[in-house]
Amino acid sequence: MKNILVLFFLFSFLFPQPDQMSADDIMKAMDENLNAKSRIITSKMVVRGRRSSRTIEAKNWVVGTDLAFTEYLSPPREAGTKMLKLGDKLWTYSPQTDRVIQISGHMLRQSVMGSDMSYNDMMEDRPIEELYDATIEGSVEVDGRDHWIMVLDAKVKGLSYPKRRSWVDKEYLLPIKEELYAKSGKLLKTASLHGIKKVQGRWFPSKFVYKDELKRNSKGTEWIIDNIEFNKKIPDSRFSKALLRK
Amino acid sequence: MIRFLAKGLIRDRSRSLFPLLAIIITVTLVIFGIGFMEGAMNNFIKGAAVVSSGHVKVVTRAYKKESDQLPNDLALFDTENIIQTLSQMYPDYFWTPRITFFGLLDVPDEMGETKEQAPVFALGLDFFSERSRQVEIWELEKCLISGQLPKNRDDALISTKLAKQLGLSIGDHVTLIGSTMDNAFTTYNFNAVGTFNLYKGQTDRQMMLVDISGARQALDMEDAASEILGYHHSLYYNDEEVVTMRENFNLTYSDSIAQNLRNKESYDALSYMTGWNKISKIEKNKLPKQRSDALSDNQMYDNAEEWEDLSVEDPAIFSPTMIALRDGSQLATMVDFSNVAMGVMAGIFLVIVMIVLWNMGLMNGLRRYGEIGLRLAMGESKGQVYRSMISEAIIIGFVGTLIGTILGVSLTYYVQEFGIDYSDAINQLSSGTMVMPNVFYAKVTPELYYIGFIPGVLATVLGTMLAGLAIYKREMSQLFKELET
Repeated sequence: MKNILVLFFLFSFLFPQPDQMSADDIMKAMDENLNAKSRIITSKMVVRGRRSSRTIEAKNWVVGTDLAFTEYLSPPREAGTKMLKLGDKLWTYSPQTDRVIQISGHMLRQSVMGSDMSYNDMMEDRPIEELYDATIEGSVEVDGRDHWIMVLDAKVKGLSYPKRRSWVDKEYLLPIKEELYAKSGKLLKTASLHGIKKVQGRWFPSKFVYKDELKRNSKGTEWIIDNIEFNKKIPDSRFSKALLRK
Repeated sequence: MIRFLAKGLIRDRSRSLFPLLAIIITVTLVIFGIGFMEGAMNNFIKGAAVVSSGHVKVVTRAYKKESDQLPNDLALFDTENIIQTLSQMYPDYFWTPRITFFGLLDVPDEMGETKEQAPVFALGLDFFSERSRQVEIWELEKCLISGQLPKNRDDALISTKLAKQLGLSIGDHVTLIGSTMDNAFTTYNFNAVGTFNLYKGQTDRQMMLVDISGARQALDMEDAASEILGYHHSLYYNDEEVVTMRENFNLTYSDSIAQNLRNKESYDALSYMTGWNKISKIEKNKLPKQRSDALSDNQMYDNAEEWEDLSVEDPAIFSPTMIALRDGSQLATMVDFSNVAMGVMAGIFLVIVMIVLWNMGLMNGLRRYGEIGLRLAMGESKGQVYRSMISEAIIIGFVGTLIGTILGVSLTYYVQEFGIDYSDAINQLSSGTMVMPNVFYAKVTPELYYIGFIPGVLATVLGTMLAGLAIYKREMSQLFKELET
């Protein structure tokens, strides 16, 4: 009986129960759910403008946090447009102009395909554990599910959102809702995750909704994941500038 | 009698030459001064109208609110139809669509990599349609420095300042990096076919002119335009007429479209209600209007501050609204100020000139004190002497004014045609937002043909009349005394 108690104690130490998790543990768990060695994603982005909506289909190849390649598949005007991210550099290729153009400086703040996401949002996908210090503000029940409310403060300079407030589902260990703030405390964007399901042993959302709170009357952008494969081998040649023109 | 007086004036140069010269010079100055001020103002207004505001322009209400940011996502749709309606409503004006946008201009090297990059302020103008007068009103043939005017959709004219900054030559390809009307990132290739200089200070520092078809292709704006500009066929800006036009358009056409858009949105919103399909056609036509009117009466359209989530985005923000030239930034103040300033300046100028000529008339009268005394002593009546002096003043004033008017109008006409170049000063003074012409042109207006007669004839005659009053105060006995001395 004594041995069983010791074993139980050891297990509970090695695998902490949700209520015993520290802020760092939660961040680590979120990173493990959201990041992977590699990802191949086929997705749709529904951009809701003030007068009409557009759906843009794309395929992404991502390795770690430094390499990413995106090819837009539809609508016809966007089809064939490609984007390559190598570290902190981003290039885009448009078949209409047959030009490879580096996106830098203020252009990084521009919207991706008219959505509520900026190129900066696309660039900043390093693990949150590396970028923020977190504190747990409390617990709350949302839609019948337990959530932590966490406040994340940047520990790295130059981030687009120096402060975030996240509502983290205690079971899925995913930030179901997030508010992203400027240094001044002004709310810049909100994000929410929907349709959480198990994919290759991890909880992953099938829909992200981003809303630029600075855009008056913004109806938000939906990013719908049609298909995702984790940790699949992607050849290095996928991330070459030469591939942009092919 | 007139012949006799004229002979006397010609023979006695001290009586005619100096007064005549003084009148000619002052009348010439008055006419040229007023013509130059009128021309400079007209020039300034025309510059602003051509480059940015039109005599009047039509945009969506939402675009008007955020026009500083050139929000092409709020542009006008169905522009051909709107232009047709405007042409029917206001046949004295011609209407032209325009797309105004910012972006980056990227010049590639031999490998297609970025060689140079600079911000660009681009205008998509209607160069190719049959009714287009853009080349004429922009005076592009005069402003073209090298190359040729656009002939194809993707041809671009680059300002000499921007071309120099980017090291561009005629025939080079440039890539526009910007945003579509859906705010999506876009790149588009243009061919630099010519360079131009608008001679309007720093206005064209970052300017590129393309045909509207190219701009529509680049920004994905099929049959859309940022604004539709209207100009009077004569290109003369009539502030009063334009303000009336704006009131009339916004109260009738714009409001009726706004109501239609609101009703359509209400119909869409109500059609989601359960049981909508079961109600009668008459109700279906009535209810949307009732909903829009209720939302409007309760001020729930676009009023998020008070109503928060219950506030409704007003579809009327996409209805066209008309803006007069004077409604543009600083232009109302400029138009009003210039009208008042011109009036005051012309008034002061006229008064000074009148005082000078009046004084000259007085001096002339006093100088002839002895002659008048002699004529009275010889038996001429005081009235005769007085009238002859006034007649002389009329002759001198009329002839002087006539010559002064001919000279003044000729000088004004010369400056109207050739202008006075202030390039160096203006380049230092003007900013990119204020359209300041480098060359100032005068303007010959109908009033110049008669304005000179006010100081030229009136002041001279009044001066003489005042001086002549002294004739009636002189006594015959005193005259003989004067003759003795």
